[in-house]
Amino acid sequence: MTVSLVLIIIMGALFAAGVYAMLERSLTRVLIGFLLLGNAANLFLLVVMGRPGIAPFFGDSADPEQMSDPLPQALTLTAIVITFAVSAFLLALIYRSWQLGQADTVHDDEADLEVRERAPEDEDTMDDEITEEDDDATTDFVGTNTAPITVLHHRDVEGIRDDAPTDRPGGGR
Amino acid sequence: MSGLVPLLVTLPLLGAAVALIFGRRRKVQVGVSILTLTTVLVVAAILLYTVDSTGLPLAVSVGGWPVPFGIVLYVDRLAALLVVVSSIVLLAVLLFSVGQGAADGDDETPVSIFHPSYLILAAGIFNAFIAGDLFNLYVGFEILLVASYVLITLGSTESRIRTGVVYIVVSLVSSILFLAAIAAIYGALGTVNMVQLSQRMGELPEEVQLVLHLLLLLAFSIKAAVFPLSFWLPDSYPTAPAPVTAVFAGLLTKVGVYAMIRTETQIFRDSDVNTLLLIVALATMIVGVLGAVAQAELKRILSFTLVSHIGYMVFGLAVATPASLGATIYYMVHHIVVQTTLFLAVGLVERRAGSTSILKVQGLMRAAPVLAVLYFIPAINLGGLPPFSGFIGKFALFDAAAREGTPLMYILIIGGIITSLLTLYALMRAWNLAFWREEEDHADDTPERMAYLGGAPAAATQTERRVIPRIMTAATAGMVGVTLALTVFAGPLYQLCASIGEALQEPITISQLDEEARQ
Repeated sequence: MTVSLVLIIIMGALFAAGVYAMLERSLTRVLIGFLLLGNAANLFLLVVMGRPGIAPFFGDSADPEQMSDPLPQALTLTAIVITFAVSAFLLALIYRSWQLGQADTVHDDEADLEVRERAPEDEDTMDDEITEEDDDATTDFVGTNTAPITVLHHRDVEGIRDDAPTDRPGGGR
Repeated sequence: MSGLVPLLVTLPLLGAAVALIFGRRRKVQVGVSILTLTTVLVVAAILLYTVDSTGLPLAVSVGGWPVPFGIVLYVDRLAALLVVVSSIVLLAVLLFSVGQGAADGDDETPVSIFHPSYLILAAGIFNAFIAGDLFNLYVGFEILLVASYVLITLGSTESRIRTGVVYIVVSLVSSILFLAAIAAIYGALGTVNMVQLSQRMGELPEEVQLVLHLLLLLAFSIKAAVFPLSFWLPDSYPTAPAPVTAVFAGLLTKVGVYAMIRTETQIFRDSDVNTLLLIVALATMIVGVLGAVAQAELKRILSFTLVSHIGYMVFGLAVATPASLGATIYYMVHHIVVQTTLFLAVGLVERRAGSTSILKVQGLMRAAPVLAVLYFIPAINLGGLPPFSGFIGKFALFDAAAREGTPLMYILIIGGIITSLLTLYALMRAWNLAFWREEEDHADDTPERMAYLGGAPAAATQTERRVIPRIMTAATAGMVGVTLALTVFAGPLYQLCASIGEALQEPITISQLDEEARQ
């Protein structure tokens, strides 16, 4: 099987950049990371396709050796569609997250924090980590300053109506 | 008979489409969902009966492509059994959520997306169980994951968005890993058909096999919540609506375990990572249950026990004898049913008492005796007290491991027993505080006592107390009935599981698969 070195290098770079971006607290960066990772995986599928050739199934006289392998292409197409759908959902989620808290950051689990606070002697290291967190870990929307950890309850922002039903799947307010 | 196989996936998808069309008409939606899942249950039961009585798996090549090239749907006894159990669970949870929805009068609120998403989730689960090739398994996973993203953020409140994000990002990472693993496997062997993979895998050098094997296991371990890849689960499950958590806890992690079983027994038969899996299983059991003991909120306790009991299944898988595989499958069936039932019971507690914190809830034994029974039976079942199915499953598992007789096996058996006892402790602590404690006890709670109990957790949301509609109690009671049936009919069921365990040891060849697909 012959593969293209350039494609492999690009794939590696995309994987690396994608993982780096996904480790951020800001959801928008996570989305970008996910898109990079998805494309890297798609490139991987194309790499394993081997040397590109003529289109399969058409032109019956062609030698099968010269055709390109159709299966990875089919797999890639499916994967692209899935990535597309998930990115659309993530965008909606980011928008909702911003609507609710004016931030698109991932917060710590409150119940986890409660359990952690019960053992104060172990807390020193954890606290240091939190205070050292840099301020630009969130994507800055419309000039609103947002800190990465705190949840802001800006529910009365003009033009944004919080109409989310609470607590149960059936809804109700 | 094989004509029935595609119905398992197409029926829920069609049902979802119809339910979406009737988004504004609640009753039609409910009718469509119940009808769809009942039909699927009947189809699955027929398939299980056929496959079990003939002893031959059913295969369907979709689109008429010859076998190794096209998509193959493949139903053996394992897949058929799991499809039957999942459709029972899905149906019961659907009834539970219908009861909840009807009582809350949600005709006015625009959460019409629940039923379509739920049916798509069902389609994804069934597709993953009957997938005959790795890529179709990936598609099944994606279908159920995308539906689960919608369900876990249902209503998009602030807490659900927060926990949903964790769940979604972790799932995305595991999906990408799975896709990369498929690409690597296709590059190495030129096929994604699982039967063909198992035949060709021997041609590869051992190191390459090991890399592919670990990559695939890594992706599935995230989905199955195996330590150290399990931390997302107790963080994200508890905030979702009660029926959603119940069905996720019962089924989604088990789809991951199922994929691990296929990986170990079918694809990588020669590559051996069982020692690693045994160590991971021990860590999953112990770390999970220690987490459960530390919690003071019922849903979180259950989420942690869920993680720890995945350890038993990995344990059985890693022992890798026919007897241990049979025990693993019995345990899987038991755990799907019991864990779902417990989450449903806790959903009822949340409704009745307005909270799931075991420090705030009290006196439920007197206030709601039926509910107390509905919690108590699955709780001691999960803890592994005889004569319930949890005991049978664990006993069979330990018996199969002891037959191997290596020191590591005995360490795992001891770990398993400790986990079982700690599970019982965590669940009975909840029982003592939430049910057994008298209502007035609360008045003389001193600050010291509260501090000793561990303080009130923030995740336990205080909602108003409401009456429980009959249909919710009935759905939960039905599930408790199923857990008891697992005990009463343990003989025939265990025999079926044991025969599955033996069949997994002798996989079919590609020519046999081709023959089955042509019929």
